[in-house]
Formats: sequence, C-alpha cells, structure tokens
Amino acid sequence: MMIFVINVIFALLWAAVSGSFTLLNLAFGFVLSAIALYLLREQTGGTGYLFRARRILSLFLLFMKELALSAWKVATLVLSPTMNLKPGIFAFPLTVDRDFEITLLANMITLTPGTFSVDVSDDGRFLYVHAIDCSDKEAAIRDIQNGFERKILEAFR
Amino acid sequence: MIEFLLEIAAAVLLVVGALFALVAAFGIIRLPDVYTRMHAAAKAGTVGSGLLLLATGLESQDPAIFARAIAAFVFFILTAPVSSHLLARAAHRAGCEMAAVTVRDDLAEDDLAHTKKKPNQTN
Repeated sequence: MMIFVINVIFALLWAAVSGSFTLLNLAFGFVLSAIALYLLREQTGGTGYLFRARRILSLFLLFMKELALSAWKVATLVLSPTMNLKPGIFAFPLTVDRDFEITLLANMITLTPGTFSVDVSDDGRFLYVHAIDCSDKEAAIRDIQNGFERKILEAFR
Repeated sequence: MIEFLLEIAAAVLLVVGALFALVAAFGIIRLPDVYTRMHAAAKAGTVGSGLLLLATGLESQDPAIFARAIAAFVFFILTAPVSSHLLARAAHRAGCEMAAVTVRDDLAEDDLAHTKKKPNQTN
C-alpha cells in the first residue's frame, strides 16, 4: 500500500519535472517510478511509512525555517559594517551512522545558520563542520544534536 | 483580483530574491577566506535563486510551470550543499589558508594524523 503511494508521488514528480500533466505522461511516470521502485525493492521494504511521514514532514518544516533564518543571518552579517567573525572548523561526533542519514545531516547543516559541513572522517564517526562563529564549540555541537540529529533519528529509526 | 494579488506576490518575491542574490555577491567580496565565503554562496545564493524561481512560477499562472519551478528549487536544495561541501574540502586538502581570525581547525589535526605532509599554517 505504502509503496503504491510512493509510486504515485514519483509519478506526480515526473509530471512536474517534465512539465506536462496529461494522462499519458502521468501513466508514463507511473511506469517509470514502478521500475525504479522495483530496482530498490530490498531497500524500500518494511512498514510504518505512514507513521513516519508526519515526522519527516516536521523535519522538512524545521529545515525550511532554518534555511530562511540562515539566509537572513548571512545577510545581516555581510551587511553589518564591522563583521564580527570567529570562524573555525570543529569536529562533530556523529550519532547517526547510516550513510544516507549522514548525508542528510551534512546537507542540513550546510543550509542552516552559521554552519556548513566540510568533510566526514574516514571512519564515519566525525563530521567536520565549519562555523562562522566557532567561539563555543560545545554549544554548537549541542545545537545540532538536539535539533537536526534528533529529528533525523526520530524520522528514520 | 486573484491575478492582481499574484502579480504583487511575484513582484515582492522577485525583489527579495534579487536582494538575497546581491547579498550573496557582497558576502563573496567581503568575507575573508574561501570557507566563510561558502556560507554566503551556499545559503543566500540558494534562498535567492529559490525565491526567483518561485516568483517565475507565480507570475506564469500556469500550474505546469509552477510545478517545474518548485522542482527546480528542490533540486537546488539537494545540490547546493554538495557542491559547497566539495569545494570546501578540496580547498582544505589543497592547503588553502584560513583567515587570520580563525579560532580553531579540528580538521587540520585530523589531516596531520593521516598524512605525513605538513599542513599549511592555519592561524
């Protein structure tokens, strides 16, 4: 059932990207996404998607809010006459360990206020984050742990 | 009436989006090193182009074009962090110096542990 819903969403995405909402194009998108989902059948198996959808939505909303805040913060920083910078790179200890979760967290950190991810350590235990205000490393780590990382864990565990 | 409101919304989005793009450009000039510049390019740039795309979609008053603009924005959100991350990492590996005001660099210590190469002066 859930796979079917994802399939429909993918078909709509296809129609959005190709810019035509005709019945024929929707059907074609449906077939395409069915093929894609078939290729990923081992990863997409399992239940509880509907329950998760709400948390994923809340993660998405948090992300949008942070993105707007982040652009605003950069704007005020750049336009202030005296830029008070204390930049630096700190190592963020990762709790999430699956590749797509790390990717998601890294991307979200990049688009949130004052921080962006530079590198992941080879063993996947640390994320190197560049912060525009790195005067308090512990506080920055706490912010990410209580914000995005917790939301990601709630949404995907 | 609806059309008028849409026009107003599109105009506002257009101006705000252009302002954010301008701020991103200012940031690239004013900030001291490549890493802080990536902040301006990745964030203000993403929001600026996203608002411009949204304005285009609203202005067209065509669901197909609007949907395409939203899809383009989503792809922008997916790709902008990846490119800024790769640029910053490449810069760090190439030994690009950080600004004098930099307070710490954990990555340099990690690099030092991995390679015998002496890292460039970081602060």
